Amino acid sequence: MIEAVGLTKRYGAKTAVHNLSFQVRPGAVTGFLGPNGSGKSTTMRMMLGLDRPTSGHVTIGGHAFRSLPNAPRQVGALLDAKAVHGGRSARNHLLCLAQLAGIPAARVDEVLGVVGLQDVAKKRSNGFSLGMGQRLGIAAALLGDPQVLLFDEPVNGLDPEGILWVRNLMKQLASEGRTVFVSSHLMSEMALTADHLIVIGRGQLLSDMSIKDFISANSADFARVRTPADRPEEREKLTASLTKAGGGVMPEPDGALRVTGLPLSRISDLAHASDVRLWELSPHQASLEEAYMRMTQGAVDYRSTTDAKEGLQLPPPGYGQPGFEGYGQPGHAPQPPPEVPQQGWYAPPPPGQNPYAVTPAPAPTATPDRTERKTSEDSR
Amino acid sequence: MASAPAVLNSEWTKIRTVSSTIWTLISAFVVTVALGAALSALLNSQFDDLSAAERATFDPTFVSFSGMVLGQLAMVVFGVLVVGTEYSSGMIRTSLAAVPQRGSFLFSKIAVAGVLALVVGLATSFVTFFLSQALLGDRGTDLGAENVLRAVFGGGVYMGLIAVFSMGVATMLRSSMLSLGILMPFFFLVSQILSAVPGAKSVARYFPDQAGSKIMQVVPDAMNSDPAPYGPWAGLGIMALWVVAALIGGYLVLKKRDA
Repeated sequence: MIEAVGLTKRYGAKTAVHNLSFQVRPGAVTGFLGPNGSGKSTTMRMMLGLDRPTSGHVTIGGHAFRSLPNAPRQVGALLDAKAVHGGRSARNHLLCLAQLAGIPAARVDEVLGVVGLQDVAKKRSNGFSLGMGQRLGIAAALLGDPQVLLFDEPVNGLDPEGILWVRNLMKQLASEGRTVFVSSHLMSEMALTADHLIVIGRGQLLSDMSIKDFISANSADFARVRTPADRPEEREKLTASLTKAGGGVMPEPDGALRVTGLPLSRISDLAHASDVRLWELSPHQASLEEAYMRMTQGAVDYRSTTDAKEGLQLPPPGYGQPGFEGYGQPGHAPQPPPEVPQQGWYAPPPPGQNPYAVTPAPAPTATPDRTERKTSEDSR
Repeated sequence: MASAPAVLNSEWTKIRTVSSTIWTLISAFVVTVALGAALSALLNSQFDDLSAAERATFDPTFVSFSGMVLGQLAMVVFGVLVVGTEYSSGMIRTSLAAVPQRGSFLFSKIAVAGVLALVVGLATSFVTFFLSQALLGDRGTDLGAENVLRAVFGGGVYMGLIAVFSMGVATMLRSSMLSLGILMPFFFLVSQILSAVPGAKSVARYFPDQAGSKIMQVVPDAMNSDPAPYGPWAGLGIMALWVVAALIGGYLVLKKRDA
């Protein structure tokens, strides 16, 4: 059990974490989400006693970390995959950590096997890829067989097989009754791994609820409606009639309409009543990723802008054309399509390109998950 | 709380499993011995060219430690790297997450590295002494002579203290590059130059290396150097005070600041 109460951290004038209070319960994977620079790592460092909170406190199992008896046996942490002396071999790195907690050397070889690094155990870690570094960090966290595990971005740099392995490892650790706290900025990853979500933005708590509640609270259904492209007046007519009926209508960049608050049958009736032909009427569910982005968009510190390449040579044809819009960065292109509102709007990606298409609903979540477990068993 | 033997054991593993330890310590040994031997051989062959004052205060023991001016720099590098690589690699966060008691982390590290530096320092000191005396031939001395054992033993302690001082400074500055950038020019240039400048001399003789190196002199004011207002043991004491100050500073920085 990890408990944060009124946790605040200021660096000079910048507040990294502000009045954060939450609990992380044992027996579940708790996802810790937030955009870059939202204070995730700072919070985790405060949990580990590395940074001192400006005010408030955080305890693990009722103790402040610095007063924990034999901390490495109680708390395992992966903070930074590259926080390793590059000149030391993987095995020796783990050995010096093991000796701190009185863990026998045989356990070192055991965890090296668990993370799949047994073949490079004697190699210096500065030759490791990011993924291998992550595995080494995970091995260090598992070393003391602790009841509380903290992972900061554990899947960064891992290959798909590794991501799957980490996902299953987290679930397994939680099912053994341990407290597992995982930070990530990938909603899609958390949707598959976590049971509980804590979302922060700009150092403040945005949401603290189970993943099921998060999905039902945040995934808004909508319908995509397309009218004949050559008849813009029909589109306007339909928009007016839908709005009158209480629906929310937002135009999409390709000319379609996104309608919320009205069932499909009602939209169809209204179109019929106002004598508008429909080319498309399809149900959609906003993905969890979209829900997360909607939640955190006001709290994003580092937002990319379009690279204008002014003063450079003309870009090759077809590249960076006006009107092109990256997913998740609408309204920040220099020439935003006029019909797109600045806030609360995310253009859905083209079909087949949405990597999160399978994640939104709880039911489809289970399906890929089950198959993945099967695959991992096969591979063993 | 991680027990003290566990932390010491772990720090020993850390220090013996990186190659920088081996290379810096070997350099300290080789540079000190080789330079000491070369200068001894040179002085032996050119003894007659020395000034009368230098001949009068000729100190065969001190001459054998001439290589320490450079050899100590390798010890500085060793001391800085032992602490500095924790910061540059980020290992410090892993270490402190495993040993939340920062005092026991720092002092275990310094104890292990300090003892190792002391052992290498003593070995260096005795080897360079015996080799140089052999090269000095008739002008040499031996361990049995008055104060010689003190000087040779003190030479080893001096090297150990230089390493520990560097560890303290590196803990305060939390960076290998910054620490080396300050300590190397200081010991190699600033301290040597200031101790030769008339006005600054009286201050420079209280610098850790200037004060500490008095322990290696058998003949007072050896090789016609400036007389110091303190004896050899007091000089070593002054150096020890510098070391203690650096360690306290390092401890306070480590305790107060976020890792």
